[in-house]
Amino acid sequence: MTAPPTLRLARADLDALLDAVRADGWTVLGPTVREEAIVYDRVDRAADLPAGWTDVQAPGRYRLERRADEALFGYAVGPHSWKRALHPADVRLWRASRTADGFAVDDAPPAAERTAFLGVRACELAAIAIQDRVLLDGPYPDPIYRARREATLLIAVQCGTAGGTCFCASMNTGPGVTGGADLTLTELLEPAHAFVVEVGSPRGAAIVARLASPPPPATEPERAAAGAVVARTAASMGRTLDDPARVPAALQETYDHPRWDDVAQRCLTCANCTMVCPTCFCTQVSDTTDLTGDHAERWRRWDSCFTLEFTHVHGGSVRQTARSRYRQWLTHKLSTWHDQFGTSGCVGCGRCITWCPVGIDITEEVRALLAPAAPAPGGAQ
Amino acid sequence: MALAPDPMLPRRARVLASRQDTRDTWTLELELDGAAPLPFAPGQFNMLWPFGVGEAPISICGDPAEPARIVHTVRAVGAVSQAIAAAAPGAVLGLRGPFGHGWPTVQAIGHDVLIVAGGIGLAPLRPVILELLAHRGQYGRAALLYGARTPADALYGHELDAWRARGLQVLTTVDVADRAWTGAVGVVTRLIPRAEVDPARTVAMVCGPDVMMRFTAQELTARGFPAARVHLSLERNMRCAVALCGHCQYGPTLLCRDGPVLTWERLRPLTSVREL
Ligand SMILES: Cc1cc2nc3c(=O)[nH]c(=O)nc-3n(C[C@H](O)[C@H](O)[C@H](O)COP(=O)(O)OP(=O)(O)OC[C@H]3O[C@@H](n4cnc5c(N)ncnc54)[C@H](O)[C@@H]3O)c2cc1C
Ligand code: SF4
Ligand code: SF4
Repeated sequence: MTAPPTLRLARADLDALLDAVRADGWTVLGPTVREEAIVYDRVDRAADLPAGWTDVQAPGRYRLERRADEALFGYAVGPHSWKRALHPADVRLWRASRTADGFAVDDAPPAAERTAFLGVRACELAAIAIQDRVLLDGPYPDPIYRARREATLLIAVQCGTAGGTCFCASMNTGPGVTGGADLTLTELLEPAHAFVVEVGSPRGAAIVARLASPPPPATEPERAAAGAVVARTAASMGRTLDDPARVPAALQETYDHPRWDDVAQRCLTCANCTMVCPTCFCTQVSDTTDLTGDHAERWRRWDSCFTLEFTHVHGGSVRQTARSRYRQWLTHKLSTWHDQFGTSGCVGCGRCITWCPVGIDITEEVRALLAPAAPAPGGAQ
Repeated sequence: MALAPDPMLPRRARVLASRQDTRDTWTLELELDGAAPLPFAPGQFNMLWPFGVGEAPISICGDPAEPARIVHTVRAVGAVSQAIAAAAPGAVLGLRGPFGHGWPTVQAIGHDVLIVAGGIGLAPLRPVILELLAHRGQYGRAALLYGARTPADALYGHELDAWRARGLQVLTTVDVADRAWTGAVGVVTRLIPRAEVDPARTVAMVCGPDVMMRFTAQELTARGFPAARVHLSLERNMRCAVALCGHCQYGPTLLCRDGPVLTWERLRPLTSVREL
C-alpha cells in the first residue's frame, strides 16, 4: 500500500466527481441556498451548490452575503446539521394492531438509503463521532441511527472561512479535518479554481477510481496552498472557550452561581439551541391510535431539555424554572456529557449562538460562570 | 438478561391475575407468550404499555426465583398507570425490559440488611425481601421499616407477618392512624433507632418519595451507616429506558443505565442541588 494519494480536481470536473458518487449508488446531500440560508438538501450538480455566497454570523444573527469570488464552499455552517439525516427529527418506531391474542407488532427493520454528505466540516465530523458514541456505543445501540450511519459516505470540505460564532479551534475539533472522512476536499480559488482531494477510505478510493479521466496528483504548491487555507481559518477565528480542560470539573461547582439567574432573565426557553445543535440527541416518544383504536403507532421525535414536559413525573416537572433548564443544557454539553459518554457534548460550531433569538453565547456564559471573581465554589454542597 | 432483539419493541404480556391492594394501587401477575421466563435482578423495571395509551416504567416486584411469573404493583396516578392498573385477567399489555441496575443483593451477602420503604416504594424492594428470605442463612440480621400514609395505604399487609415469621424484623408506621392500628405513628425515619442491625456492617436499601429518601439517608449516615452502603432508587421521567432519550438524566448519571439504584455516596452532592 502506498500512502493515500492527494489529487487535484479542477472546478470543472466537480460534476464528474458527483456523477461518480451517484454511479456508486449514493444520493448526494449538500449545501444549497433555501429561504435565505444555506441548508443541506439534495444536490445533483455542482450548479446546485451556493456559488459565491457566504454567511455572516453573530450572536442572534445570520445573513447571506455575496462573495467577491465564486467559491462553492465559502460559508461556515448553516442552521441544519447532518443529524437531520442520521437521527431524524420525526420517525415511526413501529406499528401495532390488535389481534385475538393481544396485539402484533410490525417490526420492519429500519431501512436507509445510501447517502453521501457533501461539504461536511471538521466540527461536523466531530459531532457525528459524538453521536456515534451516544447512539451506538451504549448498552443498546439505536438501530435506526446505525442503519443510516452505515449507509453514509462522508465528503468533507475544509473550512476556508471562520464563521462569526465558531470556536472549534479551542474545542480541538477543527477547523482542519484530521480524519473520519471518506474524501476531504480543500477549495482553492487561485491561481485557478480547483480542489485538493485527499482519499480517506476504500469507499473514497472507489469513487475516485470511477472517474473517467483520473485526476493528477496535487502539486507541492497546491498542497501547501491547501494547508494555508486551514491555517488562515484557524488564525481568523474570533471566539474561544476559555481553558477548556478545566471546564468540565469546574462547572460542577457552579450549580448555585447567580449567573444562572442572570441568563434565565434572557433565555426564552425556545429550544432553538437544542434543535440546531449537531450533538443534541434527546427524543420523546408518543403513541397514536386510529379512530377504531385497533391500530397504534409509536413515533420518536426530537425533544428538548428546555421544555417543561421534559422532566414531567407524577406531581409535576423537576425543572420548573428557566434557570434550571438552561443550567441543565449548558452543564450537560460541557460537563456531565463527559461523565455520561466520555466526551464533550460540544464541538464549537457556534450554531446555538447564531440561532439563539436573543444571542446568548455559550462561551460568554462559561466565562462569566468560571470567572475568578465568582463566589466561593462548593455551592453544590 | 433476556431481551427481545430490539429493546424498543414491546412483547406481549398477558394478565393472569389482578388484585386491588389499596384505594389506588393494584398488583398484576403477568406472563409472556409461552410462559417465557423474564429473568431479572431485584430493583430492575419494565416498560409497560397498555395498547395505544402510552408507556410507563414500573418496577418488577415478583420473586426472582420465579422469573416466568411477572409481578407489578401499580399506583394509578395518571392516564398510563390507570390503564395498567385497570388491566383485567386476560388483558394483554406490551412489555419491554428488564432494564436498569438494581439493588446490591449480592454485595449484601454476609452483611446485615436494612430495608426502608415509604408507600409504593415497598414494591421494588419486595424482590429483595423474597431473595433474602430464600437464602436467609447467607445474610446477617435483617430489618424492614415501612411507612405508609394510613393503615389502608399499606401494601402487602398479608405478607408482612409471614416475612416476620421467616426471620425479618418488620416495623411499620403510618402518618395518620385509625382505631385498629397498633403500630407506630409518624415518619419512617423515627423507626431507624429500633432496627436491630449493626450500622457499621449493614447494607441499607431505601425507596419512597424523594424527600423521605433524603431524610432517611441523612439519618442513616448520622447514625454511622456508611454512605457507600446506603442505596436509593430514584424516579425520573423515562421514555426509552435504553439510555438513548436523555430524559432520565440526573446530573452526571443516566438513571435508566446507571440506576435507578445508586449509592448515597454518589447521590448526596446531587440531592442538594435544586431542580437538577
Ligand atoms: C424506575 C422507575 C420505577 C417505577 N416503578 C413504579 C412502580 O413499581 N409502581 C408504580 O406505580 N409506579 C412506578 N413508577 C412511577 C410510574 O412510572 C409513573 O407513576 C407513571 O409513569 C406515571 O404515568 P401516568 O401517565 O400514569 O401519570 P401522569 O402523572 O398523568 O403522567 C403524565 C405523563 O407524564 C409522563 N410521565 C409521568 N411520569 C413519568 C415517568 N416516570 N417516566 C416517563 N414519563 C412519565 C407520561 O408521559 C405520562 O403520560 C416508577 C418510575 C420509575 C422511573
Ligand atoms: S453547544 Fe452550540 S457550539 Fe456546541 S456543538 Fe452544540 S450548537 Fe455547536
Ligand atoms: S439559550 Fe437561546 S436558543 Fe436556547 S432556549 Fe434560550 S433563548 Fe432559546
